[in-house]
Amino acid sequence: MSDIVLKTENLTKRYGGVHALEGANFELRKGEHVAIMGDNGAGKSTFVRQITAVEQRTSGKIWFDGKEVNFTGPIAAREAGIETVFQNLALADDLDVPSNLFLGREKVLFNLGPFSILDRRAMRKATEAALVRTAVKIPNLSNTIRHMSGGQRQCVAIARTATFASKLIIMDEPTAALGVQETAQVENIIRTLKDNGEPLILISHNMRQVFDLCDRIVVFRRGRIVANLRKQDTDGQDIVSYITGAKTGEAELAA
Amino acid sequence: MAQTSHGVGGLSYDAKKRAWPAEFNVFLALVILVVIFELIGRIFLGDSFLFNTRSDVAGIFNEARLQIIILQVSIVGIIAIGVTQVIITGGIDLSSGSIVGATAMIAMSFAQVATVNGNPNPKAMFLAQGWTDLPVIVPVLVAIGCGLLAGLVNGALIAYTRIPPFIATLGMMVTARGIAKWWSKGQPISFPTDSFAAIGKGLMPVIIFLSLAVLFQLIMTYTRYGKHCYAIGSNEDAARMSGIKIANHKILVYVIAGILASLAAVVLSSKNLTAQAGMGVMYELDAIAMAVIGGVSLSGGRGSIIGTVIGALIFGVIISGFTFLRLDAYYQEMVKGAIIVGAVVLDQWRQRMRALRA
Repeated sequence: MSDIVLKTENLTKRYGGVHALEGANFELRKGEHVAIMGDNGAGKSTFVRQITAVEQRTSGKIWFDGKEVNFTGPIAAREAGIETVFQNLALADDLDVPSNLFLGREKVLFNLGPFSILDRRAMRKATEAALVRTAVKIPNLSNTIRHMSGGQRQCVAIARTATFASKLIIMDEPTAALGVQETAQVENIIRTLKDNGEPLILISHNMRQVFDLCDRIVVFRRGRIVANLRKQDTDGQDIVSYITGAKTGEAELAA
Repeated sequence: MAQTSHGVGGLSYDAKKRAWPAEFNVFLALVILVVIFELIGRIFLGDSFLFNTRSDVAGIFNEARLQIIILQVSIVGIIAIGVTQVIITGGIDLSSGSIVGATAMIAMSFAQVATVNGNPNPKAMFLAQGWTDLPVIVPVLVAIGCGLLAGLVNGALIAYTRIPPFIATLGMMVTARGIAKWWSKGQPISFPTDSFAAIGKGLMPVIIFLSLAVLFQLIMTYTRYGKHCYAIGSNEDAARMSGIKIANHKILVYVIAGILASLAAVVLSSKNLTAQAGMGVMYELDAIAMAVIGGVSLSGGRGSIIGTVIGALIFGVIISGFTFLRLDAYYQEMVKGAIIVGAVVLDQWRQRMRALRA
């Protein structure tokens, strides 16, 4: 039990009559990188939104870090240690890198309520440390995010998750909008996270990337988990069959 | 091509990529404007705009002109400090001019003397109650209270009903002007105490304006409040996801803007020794214009108090320059309008250029 970071039991989400997610049982162990795959509308993002409490689940249970949890919202989930890199990045364009990393969690010198004096030096140092840890290269920390390329922005968003003692990182298609070199850069960061033993859930459509980066692949189809396979037990062809429904979910029991 | 290799992290500083602060451009515009007036003056009038040409007065510069340039924009400048914060947060405040009117009326009625030339003050609002000759702190606190209340209403409306700031502050603009007229049924309120009159005397407005500007520039740069202003104006969703309490922050921003408008009212009514219901008409637009000229982006997230101060000086130079060239006040207004639009066009153009380079 102790090495299980995240566990869901019968996680279900319905929007009115639409069953977006049906009885999802999922486990993630320490240091494990798991990919979530599936067609559009298969329930991948819905699944993540229940874990991060962006939406409230219809039924089911979630254990995180050894305790059963009921997060009231995404901020509570984040405070508990679940960091999400959103598809839409959630960065403030006009702020520099340290400000973005520490947005909403600024280090302060004196606490004067809203007028607390920021500890800019400490935030800059912590930013540099986080960038080293995640192997992110940024030309100039004092530049605003606006001046950066898509890949650099994505790197900042990922470095942000590493700034804090996160226990689980979730990335929702982190390379969907990136070029070849930028994708390679983000993938390198993910490998660094793996080396550091940080557990990760990666939502991706990129088969090569998933086989490159993850230990296990979970396939969603029509709101259900239809496959849960270690990468050495499967191949791209196999996964595609599950995604398209050519094969159905007898492997589910393997969880 | 040195691509990031796995496991190798760190930073590489690229000094060339450091962004050129927007304030430099604004300052450059100010300098160019002064040079233009100087040249026109020398060529067509045989007089200097900036320098002292009179032998009976000491000094290199025309100090009287320099004082006027900044003095005439100081009061609206105080408002512009608050408006700048509102715009950086992604909002707009149309109510500041009316808040000046209402606050001037209300505060002045607590700053009146009991007797004028041995007779009871005919204009005293609260003569019967004996609320005359009060210490100066009373009208100032009353003013701050008025500004705070108006800002609170603005902020709460915007934060909780989610109506556009334009509409909420437009409502306050009309309402506060109504209050200003209703307070004394349209009568001016005059005869302030000496201590109240001292607030706006001489160069005091300039000192108050610049000290407030320095204070808020520091707040915007070094405090959590400032950081969150830029964050919300830049990407409100990102700010919300980061756990910033958007509603509270917006209320605080409009409260600060309201208080600054009310301080401008104190300085203005003190300087004029009277308060009238029509005070501060159009000040909100002048304040917005100063901010926009000073490089504050109307789409939020960018700008600074320093920029707005330079924007205010540009305003002052234009007004003084036109007077210097003996041009009618009508032309001033027309040119002012053109400059405001020009500044926004320039800002948009700069953004597009930046987007192309990225």
